Amino acid sequence: MTRHKTRAMLGTGALLVTGALALTACGSGFDDGGGAGGGDDSELTSSDEALTVLIGSSGDAETDAVTEAVAAWSEESGIEATVQVANDLPQQLSQGFAAGSPPDLFYLATEALAGYAGNGSLKAYGDLLSNKDDFFPTLVQNFTYEDEFYCAPKDFSTLQLIINTSLWEAAGLTDDDIPTTWDELADVAATLTTDGVTGLAFGPEYQRVGAFMAQAGGQLISDDGTEAVANSPENVEALTYVKEQMEAGSFAYSSDLGAGWGGEAFGKQLSAMTIEGNWIQGAMTNDFPDVQYQVVELPEGPAGKGTMQFTNCWGMAADSPNQQAALELVEYLTSAEQQLAFSEAFGPMPSVQSAAEQWTADNPELAAFIAGADYAKGVPTNDGISAVISDFNAQLEGLKTGDPQQILDTVQENAEAIVG
Amino acid sequence: MTATVAAPPRAGGPGRGIRRGEALAGWVFTLPVILILGIFLLAPVLMALWVSFSDWTGRGSPLSANVNFVGLENYAAITVDGGLPTRDFGTSLRNNAWYVLLVVPIQTALSLFLAVLVNRAILRGRGFFRTAFYFPSVTSSVAITVLWLFLFSATGVVNEVLSWLGINGPNWFQDPTGIVHNGLRAVGVTSGPAALTENDFLGISWWDWMAGPSVAMTAFILMAVFTTSGTFMLLFIAALQNLSAEVHEAAMVDGANAWQRFWRVTLPQLRPTLFTVLTLGLIGCWQVFDQIYTGTQGGPSKTTLTPAYLSYSSAFLDQDWGRGAAIAFILFAIIVIFTIFQRWVLRDRPVSKRRARQYQPSQPKEARR
Repeated sequence: MTRHKTRAMLGTGALLVTGALALTACGSGFDDGGGAGGGDDSELTSSDEALTVLIGSSGDAETDAVTEAVAAWSEESGIEATVQVANDLPQQLSQGFAAGSPPDLFYLATEALAGYAGNGSLKAYGDLLSNKDDFFPTLVQNFTYEDEFYCAPKDFSTLQLIINTSLWEAAGLTDDDIPTTWDELADVAATLTTDGVTGLAFGPEYQRVGAFMAQAGGQLISDDGTEAVANSPENVEALTYVKEQMEAGSFAYSSDLGAGWGGEAFGKQLSAMTIEGNWIQGAMTNDFPDVQYQVVELPEGPAGKGTMQFTNCWGMAADSPNQQAALELVEYLTSAEQQLAFSEAFGPMPSVQSAAEQWTADNPELAAFIAGADYAKGVPTNDGISAVISDFNAQLEGLKTGDPQQILDTVQENAEAIVG
Repeated sequence: MTATVAAPPRAGGPGRGIRRGEALAGWVFTLPVILILGIFLLAPVLMALWVSFSDWTGRGSPLSANVNFVGLENYAAITVDGGLPTRDFGTSLRNNAWYVLLVVPIQTALSLFLAVLVNRAILRGRGFFRTAFYFPSVTSSVAITVLWLFLFSATGVVNEVLSWLGINGPNWFQDPTGIVHNGLRAVGVTSGPAALTENDFLGISWWDWMAGPSVAMTAFILMAVFTTSGTFMLLFIAALQNLSAEVHEAAMVDGANAWQRFWRVTLPQLRPTLFTVLTLGLIGCWQVFDQIYTGTQGGPSKTTLTPAYLSYSSAFLDQDWGRGAAIAFILFAIIVIFTIFQRWVLRDRPVSKRRARQYQPSQPKEARR
């Protein structure tokens, strides 16, 4: 017996020792440079290390364009830089930060900003940019966290109304009928609704329905990010309007029509109108080249014009050993000239004002999108907002049979918990 | 081998005689496994356990000095605080519990049924059927999920077939309504009694706990049954082939019909396999992740959210690493408890008196006559 006991104890001991060893080994394997970087530190690191750029690409066109631009900069500056395409950007970024070896530059979504900025993974370099005054102010607002401008918006998109011109004409509508108010939108949507075609379809999410909230003068969280205003009367009015039109059958969610997103419902002519961003151009050209369409500004709501904007920025890692070079690369990539080249290659709108005029001249049929920059609302950036939004989206799916006030009260409760 | 058994007890402690160094050799031989398990299993689990009690935010090492111990805070956030994290966790448990409740019994019954069919000697083309039934199991779950998304789309094959029968199929993966609620609605019950709607557990009212799996989750349930039944069928076939024909024959001689032979003779002998199948099924079902990740990401209306996916999204997408780890450990506890419970239910019991009486020939009466 004793012999068995000794053995068992020895075994346990060995296992524990191994475990402890393994733990310490792992511990030292990480880069424990937790304190450095972050917001307050305005010093940039500088070395001659090569740069890694991690992007979440929409396709070959984007990958090639970014790779080319980065290669051109490399040649000019003499600093090596490679572009990697992520399969799952948030996951790969998280792994990089946890391991202490993140990419130097990466695409960063607005909703991910607060989380990474809060844990010190990001370098706030916005104020060091030589072209920082050129960015659209609403975009700068989107990437400002706790009063610091973190990263340069790389481009942006807004939502506008897309109209199928042949269905429009078939319904006997003319250019004069293009809706400028909610009532007119409801009327044309009803006119366009026929057997098998719904007047207006869009995705069942805050990222589309939020445009109506903006037109009514509402939003989820106040502009300064300190107050939850989700269940305001304006928002209730917006959701009630959408709900009424859905009940009448002239609005529908793309998912209810069996389409993955608004653009698919529109392209398959399941709906005569949709609310989408400028990415729809590429989708229509590639997947539905025969559908004729035009882009107009969304109608005014009770509070005037309103839409939503979406943007990504060039995030810079606090742990990057060569931030100086990364900053130069960002300045190169966000220059008006380079952004216009990106726009031509894969369609986003330039984030700098100096390129807007040229872009409008190049893309007259898409002018409505860039006009939206003046009045668009961004997605809130508070830490934890993505959980609130996904819960909101989950409830929006049931808007047709739900109660707008009740939905927004839940959102308000969730939003208050993260704003406080 | 025999030498080990016959070895005399050590005379004067270790370090002498021919058996000297045996213990050392033993350790040397087991060391690789201990190291591998320690580094790749024990250490990560211990680290995750630490993360679940810490405020680690996902940057740098979780063992560094600026990560603090926060006690049960992460566990409290998902169980007792009552906010969005609690509701999300409650929703995910509700979804997964229904999934387990339906998948485990159905896949076990179906796989046993298939195994009995395929095991019959008179069946022609047994090899073909065995392969066919096993085929879904060897296909990647991601590929099957994508296939399922196509089959169950609003205008997909399944709805097309249903329309031949005059049924207007649901928009499967977009339909968040619970099937139990739908059934109740069909008989005119649209809202539950106040006792159910006003009291809640983990932020979800009891009425919503009863909603049943959503139509979208039902599609995943069908998929799980489709993909795993083949694997478990193999386990059952192996067990069936090990059963001795004599016992079966004896039962035949005693006059038991096929139905009785299956329930009274075959099934009791399959108990160890049944335990394995139920346990594996249970573990697999509570850990369902890849279908959700590739298919719906928790939608529609969070009705396919599962604890495993919630753990991933809390950690990787929301940067709440402690909460993600806490969810994983609660999930671990649930699985362990269920397995122990199952072991207890399926334990070998002495034959009860009632049961024993059935086997007693009723001689006393006859003797009296």
